[in-house]
Amino acid sequence: MIKLVDVHKSFGRQKVLGGINLDIEDGKTTVIIGGSGGGKSVLLKHIIGLLRPDSGQVIVDGVDIASLNDRDLNEIRKKFGMLFQEAALFDSMNVMENVAFPLRAHTKKKDAEIRQTVAEMLKAVGLPGVENKMPSELSGGMRKRVGLARAIALHPQIVLFDEPTTGLDPVMTEAINELIIETQKSFELTCVVISHDVQSIFKVGHRIAMLYEGKIVEYGTSEEIRGSSNPVLRQFLSGSLEGPISVM
Amino acid sequence: MNRISAAVDRFGRAVLDNIEEMGRIFILFISVLMWMVRPPLKLRLIFKQMEFVGVKSIFVVVLTGTFTGMVMALQGYYGFRMFNAESLVGSTVALGMTRELGPVLTALMVTARAGSAMAAELGTMRVTEQIDALSVMATNPVKHLIVPRIIAGVIMLPALTIVSDFMGILGGYFVGVPILNINAGAFIKNITKMVDLGDIYNGLIKAAFFGLILSLVGCYKGFNTTGGAEGVGKATTEAVVLASVSILVSDYFLTAIMF
Ligand SMILES: Nc1ncnc2c1ncn2[C@@H]1O[C@H](COP(=O)(O)OP(=O)(O)O)[C@@H](O)[C@H]1O
Ligand SMILES: [Mg+2]
Repeated sequence: MIKLVDVHKSFGRQKVLGGINLDIEDGKTTVIIGGSGGGKSVLLKHIIGLLRPDSGQVIVDGVDIASLNDRDLNEIRKKFGMLFQEAALFDSMNVMENVAFPLRAHTKKKDAEIRQTVAEMLKAVGLPGVENKMPSELSGGMRKRVGLARAIALHPQIVLFDEPTTGLDPVMTEAINELIIETQKSFELTCVVISHDVQSIFKVGHRIAMLYEGKIVEYGTSEEIRGSSNPVLRQFLSGSLEGPISVM
Repeated sequence: MNRISAAVDRFGRAVLDNIEEMGRIFILFISVLMWMVRPPLKLRLIFKQMEFVGVKSIFVVVLTGTFTGMVMALQGYYGFRMFNAESLVGSTVALGMTRELGPVLTALMVTARAGSAMAAELGTMRVTEQIDALSVMATNPVKHLIVPRIIAGVIMLPALTIVSDFMGILGGYFVGVPILNINAGAFIKNITKMVDLGDIYNGLIKAAFFGLILSLVGCYKGFNTTGGAEGVGKATTEAVVLASVSILVSDYFLTAIMF
């Protein structure tokens, strides 16, 4: 269970998060939506301890990770997998070494066993047999799938997705959404997905939270969100220029 | 009045920024030391960096060392000829190379080649979130990325300096003896008479220190890159400038302490 309590974060004078309160349910997919530059990635990085809040708490399985030292934080991080916006594959290593990285770092598995696990993970994301390719040889969608394979290699309980479908064509978007839904189900994951693709939101999300001006302004099931009359949310979902969200 | 106070303000801020940066680099150094002694030592990563910093710099170091020795012999010859002291050319080249030019030139060349690459590589990893990905996978980026580069810098710079010293003296010999007709026996005898092991050792200690500076600055600039591709370019330039200046400034103080 992940719980954010009154999380504040500023960079210099720029206030990005201004009191986030959010309960993320276990075994479900929570989608966080919001405008570009609105602090969605910053929020996600707080959940995994890459950023520490100026004030407030980030509680993962009962522990406030904002107050942990590096060693304890690393223990908590083994519960997590994360797919970064541009996949963040190590470009000095091939696909095999990328997916094997967490296995080599945190398990005592033999090389043959690691190879087998990597092959399984790549199959699970629909990319069997690409072990020897370098990240630069892959398309954006393939890179994200390899990134997902790497993120789930250690069988984490929680997987964070930073804009998994941004920049992909509609077919690849659909494929990634299906992949998120399937992996979530088959590994019974708690997923937190950042997105601003309206179709994907309702497809993958059990719960949806809207981030606006540093706060969660609306949070509910997909039905509740569809029926919400919150003007910010309505404008965001319809993509209209009229409304409280100003475009500068 | 207003203009003056604005200028003072700007100057003061620049000074404070520089002091703050030095503090940050020092903090990074402390954390490198702490991660260095915490097992396991990642030997494979260290060897890879030693190859990159050391083996792949040999060619430029040989070239710069040789030609520096050659030009020193040429210049020294014109001076010493006036006093009929041509046979001192060899020892001048040897002392200059081992005490100063070997370590300094090697460090500047490796800064340009490897220090810049460290900043560019870590900078790219930073802006493409690869460093965050390391942290997320519970792997400390300082231990995984920076410690091997620092170790490689500190070990390989003295090794390269030996190559540079040797090539410089060799270059001096080839200009001095066959071209300028200095007596070979006197050339060599003066080297062995005037250069003692202390000169070489002190040069190598300098080199190790320069290796620390260039790798630490390169890693620091890369690690703290912001602002996309442009930021990577900026970090790379800043790393080369800051490391080169630091090497030359610290060389003065090291020389003052040692000799
Ligand atoms: N490490 C950082 N240092 C300074 N500013 C940052 C940092 N990370 C994000 N920001 C700023 O915070 C704001 C929100 O960024 P982000 O969370 O990436 O937005 P998005 O919702 O598009 O993911 C942006 O204005 C960004 O410039
Ligand atoms: Mg983002």
